[in-house]
Amino acid sequence: MNPNALHHIARLVPEGAAVLDLGCGEGQLLALLKAERRCTGYGVEIDDAKVLACVQRGVNVIQRNLEEGLSIFESNSFDVVLQLDTLQNLRNTEAMLRETARVGRIGIVSFPNFAHWPNRLSVLRGRMPVTKALPYQWFDTPNIRVGTFKDFEALAGQCGLRILEGFGLHQGQVVRQWPNLLASTAVFKFERGG
Amino acid sequence: MSASDGGAGFFVGTSMSTGTSVGDVTPQSHHFAEPLSLKSGAVLRDYQLVYETYGTLNAQRSNAVLVCHALNASHHVAGTYAGQARSEGWWDNLIGPGKPLDTNRFFVIGINNPGSCFGSTGPRDVNPATGQPYGADFPVVTVEDWVNAQARLLDVLGIQRLAAVVGGSLGGMQALSWTLQYPERMGHALVIASAPNLSAQNIAFNEVARRAIVTDPDFHDGHYLAHGAVPKRGLRVARMIGHITYLSDDVMEQKFGRDLVAPRLTAEGGSPPPEGALAPWGGPAALAAPGLRYSTQDIEFQIESYLRYQGDKFSEYFDANTYLLITRALDYFDPASAYSGNLRAALARAKAKFLVVSFTTDWRFSPQRSREIVKALVDNDCDVSYAEIDAPHGHDAFLLDDPRYHALVRAYFDRIGAEIKA
Repeated sequence: MNPNALHHIARLVPEGAAVLDLGCGEGQLLALLKAERRCTGYGVEIDDAKVLACVQRGVNVIQRNLEEGLSIFESNSFDVVLQLDTLQNLRNTEAMLRETARVGRIGIVSFPNFAHWPNRLSVLRGRMPVTKALPYQWFDTPNIRVGTFKDFEALAGQCGLRILEGFGLHQGQVVRQWPNLLASTAVFKFERGG
Repeated sequence: MSASDGGAGFFVGTSMSTGTSVGDVTPQSHHFAEPLSLKSGAVLRDYQLVYETYGTLNAQRSNAVLVCHALNASHHVAGTYAGQARSEGWWDNLIGPGKPLDTNRFFVIGINNPGSCFGSTGPRDVNPATGQPYGADFPVVTVEDWVNAQARLLDVLGIQRLAAVVGGSLGGMQALSWTLQYPERMGHALVIASAPNLSAQNIAFNEVARRAIVTDPDFHDGHYLAHGAVPKRGLRVARMIGHITYLSDDVMEQKFGRDLVAPRLTAEGGSPPPEGALAPWGGPAALAAPGLRYSTQDIEFQIESYLRYQGDKFSEYFDANTYLLITRALDYFDPASAYSGNLRAALARAKAKFLVVSFTTDWRFSPQRSREIVKALVDNDCDVSYAEIDAPHGHDAFLLDDPRYHALVRAYFDRIGAEIKA
């Protein structure tokens, strides 16, 4: 993730929060949150090399396939659960979103916005988009769930989540005007509704 | 890699370097006149502990790492004994100058646990109360007792606080127990291929091994030394059972499969196979291939040969009473038992930071058991990292040189080294 984008997301996390970062990659965000916002917590990552990178960075990491669920985490055990650029790789997106809301008081997700205008243009021309945010061919993409900014709002409602903040990111800049059209990445901060 | 690594001079690079041996080492021993009170209520009086150290204790005395041994290992963790071929310590691939646990940075200590048979007071030694070898009268020792004994030796060595305690399998249980018994005396715990307690299946394997030993006619109720006997048959079977559980099905299949040993025409109790006896499912036997011998006593399959070899070797050096004691210590270990089985409550007192590692094909100490530890630590907001290494070797993997595993341990110790500025 673009370092600017990382900072825009870090800004959403309260100071001193206990954080769970699902699909934490090499642990950059956790390291940033620890250093700049005094956060504590864990990352979850499946990839061997990324787990190693987290350990090298001094970030707590738990090697786990997210498809196997979050049963090792108790309900409400974290202030914030992050799921950045991960949701689109999971088969059970909806279940994972509900699990995210169970484990954390606040959820933060980001994913590539399929409705970004170059993608729309590409589909209009008859081809699936291959862009910086969606760099894969349709036949070998790990992004098995491709959704839009607006799609997420609908899914959040269906899962009983209340969206606290939603914006787009594009080239490290926050997009608040027409994010469904103008942003390559969608970001949402939410909590359990009710 | 730190600047202090430069001292060795013969390895370069960072994580690529595999390091060198600590070279020839000499065990040391310390005699304790003050009795050790055991969990069972018994007392071990007048005992000695044998240990080895590698590397140098720094001026702040902050770089000590304790390595805890498992069932059949000892204080001889790394290095070699002068003039003895193949005398490498059991974790020599992990510990040494430039190795993942780098003796250029850390002062590494291996201690033989009491009850063992490698120099620390054990059942072969003379019971001061009777003047005879302890034999079966050696008191039952637990993981907690071992940790207490280790802590006492550290007192003697002037080490108040350990940078880390590391162990695999039963050694991992000791590392975990350290975090509960002496939370203030350590920074980190590396708990590898271990479990918060043994499952019923695991206790069952131990019981089969113990019955093999106890029912050997040479056992003499554990006082075989007084009878000038050794229950080698029992020890062999115990070791064979153990060995099966340390390997994965896949690795056994790959290593041995259904391969037969070459026929030995002079084999006792069997006769040479008749012409064309191989391939009962039809077709002529290949001339060069060994065939079935239609014997119930001969070693025919490679796996049999391997297990018997391992059993024979083991029965030559290992003490039967020690085997019984150590498997019992495994069975008894269960820190959650004092908290109605609640591991979270049991681990609440831990202050160490943890690295927990399991191996996907380890069915004796499965990843699920390590995840239980991790969950209890996360529930307590402890610092913990957990890796599940996709290695094919089963439980034995913790002793082997898997690059992902070793890179991880190296990275973790690099962090510890940076923390204590070693």
